[in-house]
Amino acid sequence: MARQKVPPTQALTLTIDDQTVTAKPGQTVMDVASEHGIDIPHLCYLDGLSIWGACRLCVVEVEGQRRLFSACSTEVAEGMVVSTDSPRLRHYRKVIVEMLFAERNHICAVCVSNGHCELQAMAQRLGVDHIHIPYLNPQLSVDSSHDRFRLDHHRCIVCTRCVRVCAEVEGASTKGMAGRGIMARIINDLNEPWGDSQTCTSCGKCVHVCPTGALVEKGTAAAEMQKRRQFLPYLTVMRDNNHD
Amino acid sequence: MNTETLEEMAAKERAAASEIPVRLNVCASTSCLSRGADELTKTLNKQLRTAKQTKQCKVRSVGCMGLCAKGPMVEIECPAKPADDPESRQLLRGVTVEDADELLEHAMSGRKFERLDWPTDTPFFTRQHRIVLENSGLIDPERIEDYIARGGYAGLVKALTEYTPSQVIDEVARSGLRGRGGGGFPTGIKWATVAKSDGDRKYVICNADEGDPGAFMDRSVLDSDPHRVLEGMITAGYAVGASHAYIYVRGEYPLAILRLKRAINQAKRIGVLGTNLCDTPFAFDVEIRLGAGAFVCGEETALIASIEGRRGTPRPRPPYPASYGLWGKPTLINNVETFANIPWIMRHGGDALAAIGTERSKGTKVFALAGTIVNNGLIEVPMGITLREIVEEIGEGVPDGKAFKAVQTGGPSGGCIPAEHLDMPVDYESLVKAGSIMGSGGMVVMDETSNMVDVARFFMEFCKDESCGKCIPCRVGTSVMLDLLEKLCKKEAAPRDLELLKELCDVVRSTSLCGLGQTAPNPVLSTLRYFEDEYESALQPADEHGYALPVLQHT
Amino acid sequence: MTDASPTPTDAGPKKVTVATVWLDGCSGCHMSFLDIDERLIDLAQHIELVYSPIVDVKHPPAGTNLGLIEGAISNEEDAHKARMMREACGFLISLGDCAVTGNVPSMRNVFELGTVIDRAFRETADLQPQTPTVGVPPLLPKVMPVHEVVPVDLHLPGCPPPADAIYEVLSELIAGRTPDPLRLSRFGR
Repeated sequence: MARQKVPPTQALTLTIDDQTVTAKPGQTVMDVASEHGIDIPHLCYLDGLSIWGACRLCVVEVEGQRRLFSACSTEVAEGMVVSTDSPRLRHYRKVIVEMLFAERNHICAVCVSNGHCELQAMAQRLGVDHIHIPYLNPQLSVDSSHDRFRLDHHRCIVCTRCVRVCAEVEGASTKGMAGRGIMARIINDLNEPWGDSQTCTSCGKCVHVCPTGALVEKGTAAAEMQKRRQFLPYLTVMRDNNHD
Repeated sequence: MNTETLEEMAAKERAAASEIPVRLNVCASTSCLSRGADELTKTLNKQLRTAKQTKQCKVRSVGCMGLCAKGPMVEIECPAKPADDPESRQLLRGVTVEDADELLEHAMSGRKFERLDWPTDTPFFTRQHRIVLENSGLIDPERIEDYIARGGYAGLVKALTEYTPSQVIDEVARSGLRGRGGGGFPTGIKWATVAKSDGDRKYVICNADEGDPGAFMDRSVLDSDPHRVLEGMITAGYAVGASHAYIYVRGEYPLAILRLKRAINQAKRIGVLGTNLCDTPFAFDVEIRLGAGAFVCGEETALIASIEGRRGTPRPRPPYPASYGLWGKPTLINNVETFANIPWIMRHGGDALAAIGTERSKGTKVFALAGTIVNNGLIEVPMGITLREIVEEIGEGVPDGKAFKAVQTGGPSGGCIPAEHLDMPVDYESLVKAGSIMGSGGMVVMDETSNMVDVARFFMEFCKDESCGKCIPCRVGTSVMLDLLEKLCKKEAAPRDLELLKELCDVVRSTSLCGLGQTAPNPVLSTLRYFEDEYESALQPADEHGYALPVLQHT
Repeated sequence: MTDASPTPTDAGPKKVTVATVWLDGCSGCHMSFLDIDERLIDLAQHIELVYSPIVDVKHPPAGTNLGLIEGAISNEEDAHKARMMREACGFLISLGDCAVTGNVPSMRNVFELGTVIDRAFRETADLQPQTPTVGVPPLLPKVMPVHEVVPVDLHLPGCPPPADAIYEVLSELIAGRTPDPLRLSRFGR
């Protein structure tokens, strides 16, 4: 979904967590909240990539509505009253993060991203001190066929940031998805070894937008893999400007 | 095309029909075909040719007659006799190739065929109210002339020549029709929203991706009366200002696809599909898109993604398809049965539909009656009828002297309703209040031998398999809930497992991205509500914290 | 299985009795406990270690105030000891990632137990390629965190939890307050 361009003069007024704030039409609840220093938890959302709305961590309550709305995908409206934090939301977010830990084999102690992992940090932030959901312990594969990078499905949370950055920023569309439900997996091309890919430009953007240790540079030991993604908002802003 | 030519065609067709003394209407819908209806038709035709009686008796392939489990169904019809004469029609069930000689003998002599007779004065027929299925079993679905002879396309021609688009919408709104795909959103409001949405192109989509286990309403409508759906779609296109439409049919319905293709070609031939319809500037085109067997593609945003050639996964709403749909354009998505109501509404007026049903649920609903019930099949009943009337009168109850236990409505998104709620009226609100939903119309009856925990497990397995994997609560939640339900079924679960199951039901229902995940816990919640004792009795002995007491395995 | 509670040796304020146990883990959490360094002397004024790998007592005494479990539940003995701790201790802490999540020991969970045993004791053995049965408890099909076997009152993650985190959790509990274990530690720390 592309952001709509609107005349800068229009302004909306809404309430987020008891703060009265102004916003431009077309902005999302996530945008406006972060402008006002409210950091709504999220994992699949990444500034500079298209909206995916899948991790459900950014769900917020909107007054007068029974269901919850994902802040990343919901546009603001005049008079909207949003609550980004409540015991109920905290509970849901906690369980969702626990689900991710239960789904695959996240062994933080031996992970190259230990200490630089968004999932790990999110667990700490949301107070996830243990996983009360039984671990699923799936047997997964690791693709080390690429010269420089590695894809480790044990550590993937299927946020699809890599798929989106590869298609939307790099333009290669090497990364894709296969399988459905609990069998959903990130794939390269038509489910081929990454090293055999004819489309991959080895740009490494997928590695650096990956929130966990699922996509990493080879040759890193435990806790050594730090991601650099400052390039992304810069790239997208510059491209937007060139379009104007 | 105009009203006169249409009436001319209808009159011609009716006159041709009355010239034949006897017609044998053989059901050519999916379930009867699977029981050999096709072979029967061929045999009957061959014998008529051999006996040189093709002028006296004609074999027709017609749509579903409703009693699917008793097929193949055949009706002996004498068009020459007046329609109100009870002897003008006789319904036969379970007719096989071996019965062909006997059947022809009775048909030609006019004697009643007692052996295979199936009385039509039973509640199964008399309690039904047929609007969507008004032509089903009476017309040959592969002949547009048959459809026209029964008033087909008259509503469309009337809409195009006498109504403005907004008058059509008013008519639909006045009918009180609500979406028959499960959501129950008022159709008139949806049409008005799309009509008002600004877009240089608009689309109409017919959702025929029927996927609930045990549901076959849409398939039957498409098998039996495909033109009806087309007519509804064209009318909708005129009303909302769209010129292009898609029918998204699941690939598992080859017969429906074939008949739709034929129907589209026939409609183009007579000029109700194409350009300058009814001498107006209105142009409309319909294309078929096949689903590849993913239940989630019945969710509207996933369906749109699939038509666009992308992975069939839903996206968060808003924006709704009415403003941002196919290719980012305003799009009207309705279900097969919703569209199939439109021709009747245009012919008889919105008020006529609003006169049927309850305060907030108008018209009729088609249900696929399945499970342990005497009359398995397809029925159409007025809204507000009680579940007891459906199960005990129309369905004639549970067979083999067993006791009724529950009826499951709404498929994997629905719930189980126990015997004590059988007197509840069938309408959108009452079903939700009872912990289920109207859904698309699947109705599975269960007898006393059914284990409700196992029923919940079955539906959870379905949801887990059909989850697209996009959002975390549905992807992981359905998997974990299935594990817990399997543990319960094996009697290996502890009380804390049941607590976790309840907790996950809440999280998955509240946080999932689309309807599939949001409703996936419903079968568990409704069985917990009415049959919690079955869950409790499946639990292992435990300590006060809900942990199972240790069992010494090695001594 | 209950030994008499050791009587306090001095007449000071009543000490908090503490039991620790080492299940399937590397003992790193116990090492980290010792890394509290000189603050141990201070801590010793308040606690009495009644059962531990470094205390020669066979069972935690009934009525022990605080229990700390290091390590995951990998075999029947682990499960038995966890239940024994739960029974004896008023307040039970999962100490470290193995106890909290299963951690490294649980990495075998993606394989069938038989495959793991064959790999470890038969395929890679030079001498006597046999599954050991004498003197060792049978492995469980899956390695589990402690809270899958007994209820746990507090989870202190970390591999190992930093000494500061252990010290804070203990001193807060001794002071009768509820500690926030995630303030100083997290998974994998």
